Amino acid sequence: MSPPKRPTRLLATLAVALLVTLGLSVFIGRYPSPYWMPPGRLQADELARQLVWSLRVPRLLTALMLGMTLSAAGMVMQMVFRNPLVEPGFLGVTHGAAFGAALCILWLRPNPVAIELAATVFGLVGMLLSYSFARRIHFGGWVLRLVLAGIAVSALFSSGTGILKYLADPLTQLPEITFWLLGGLWSVTWHDLVFVLPLVLPALVVIYLMRWRLNLLSLSDDTAFSLGSAPGRERAVLLGAAVVATAALTAVCGVIGWVGLIVPHIARRACGSNAQYALPTAMLVGGIFVVVCDDLARALLPGEIPLGILTALFGAAIFIALLTRATLRARP
Amino acid sequence: MSPSSVLSLSNLDFAYHRALQPVLRNLSLEIPAGAVTAILGPNGGGKTTLLRVMLGVISPQAGAVLLEGRPLRSYSRREVGRRLGLVPQAEHIPFSLSVMEYVLLGRSPYLGMLEMPGEADFRIASEALAELDLLALSDRPVTELSGGEQQMVMLARALTQQSRILLLDEPTSHLDLSNKGRILHVLRSLADRGVTVVFTTHDPEAAIAVAGHLILVREGRTLAGGPLGQVLTPDNLRATYGVPVRIEHLADRPVVLLEAPPR
Repeated sequence: MSPPKRPTRLLATLAVALLVTLGLSVFIGRYPSPYWMPPGRLQADELARQLVWSLRVPRLLTALMLGMTLSAAGMVMQMVFRNPLVEPGFLGVTHGAAFGAALCILWLRPNPVAIELAATVFGLVGMLLSYSFARRIHFGGWVLRLVLAGIAVSALFSSGTGILKYLADPLTQLPEITFWLLGGLWSVTWHDLVFVLPLVLPALVVIYLMRWRLNLLSLSDDTAFSLGSAPGRERAVLLGAAVVATAALTAVCGVIGWVGLIVPHIARRACGSNAQYALPTAMLVGGIFVVVCDDLARALLPGEIPLGILTALFGAAIFIALLTRATLRARP
Repeated sequence: MSPSSVLSLSNLDFAYHRALQPVLRNLSLEIPAGAVTAILGPNGGGKTTLLRVMLGVISPQAGAVLLEGRPLRSYSRREVGRRLGLVPQAEHIPFSLSVMEYVLLGRSPYLGMLEMPGEADFRIASEALAELDLLALSDRPVTELSGGEQQMVMLARALTQQSRILLLDEPTSHLDLSNKGRILHVLRSLADRGVTVVFTTHDPEAAIAVAGHLILVREGRTLAGGPLGQVLTPDNLRATYGVPVRIEHLADRPVVLLEAPPR
């Protein structure tokens, strides 16, 4: 009889893979020539140095944060809602943020900081609306009520975004809204990273430290309660952390789908459902996934490919592959 | 409250919503320490609600719940978790934790918010699994167990909790004869070790097999409560179930029989 297996080797391998990916990604792009910059160039070329330091490095770090956060938030949502088909944008956060950004582009100043602020605020408004509607529903369990409220609020915001797109100037404003809705990291600077980190880092630390409790919260309320937990309060802390981090990153990166849904599944496949290990696995896999997708978005074509398109493409492909395998254990 | 009762409920009223029928009506009962108490009554009589009130998941609109002489509400969640364990009737576990990982969750009342189970917790969980003869299942996903196995694993999780009082909701309702026998045997041996066992059931046979103390509940009211020998009478059972019954003795054990309608 041995204690539950610790997937130390898996985690170490993933950590190394992530570092290697990050290291290589510094040299992937369209300068000086498509796809690859020879590392020696950094010493010889002042422009290359500047480009790497002021554009590529913050962009890579943001991609890393984005992948880790969406994956961690996805795992939190799936376990707290006891439903493996839930993702971080679920409580009206993503659609709220998208609406906020579109509103800002249309009627306020289309400058990056204003857009980020509006998106964060409306992302949080989306969550608060979902939450307060859920409290007013008088039937069903807590999970069902939040799900229903989240669906309704998301629909409200996305129809609002639709109206704004219809009203937008098709030459100047619409492309910006559309590109934001498709998501991307092309405009990320150190400034954005500094805006995001104070919200994202504490949230990730809270989620990481409380990860074992996620197992407890994935049981029924009565059982969690009998095990000395205050399920409502603990869920609120974890959800709050997941939502704040997601909203902040959505504000900078636009709408990035599928990562939060698919990466937790991959992690559970790789190391089992125990969140003590599945959560760090998901964060590492998510980091690698988004950094690689962003490399492709940046380098593949002369123009930038919206990141959201690539994550959706690869995410959906992986999802289909997982679903068609007989061993998938997702029971909604 | 009698000195030996660990859990005392008095004059409870509870409804899930103001507009709904009350589930508990002026209900009072005492759970004696270190004994097996069966709460017997028809389906839908408020037994599960009663357990949820005992745990503090829901608070009654009127009445008092005393745990070891103190109001239940004066305990912290973790303190209650160390005193009261629950084995629900069934548990939907959406993620395929292994049996060992699931049983280790029983240690959470002893772990801080940011703590993970360690070597000592693992030993306690292994002992609980060994006691129920489940060690061979340790690495199996809980989602792939049979109903009987899952019931036993939930019990192992509750044993890992090392609580002095164990509440079980219909522990035998989905089990075949051999699993039913095993559960009842474990309940008896827990009581022999000083654990207070409370279980609900709609089946008089399960109550007779293992309980020393019997409480009859119907429509949210206590009809009778006390030592099994005193409470188990044809009149009491008729009042509980609304059908005429007869009690025969077979090898010194009471057997409850439905009065057959004339053929």
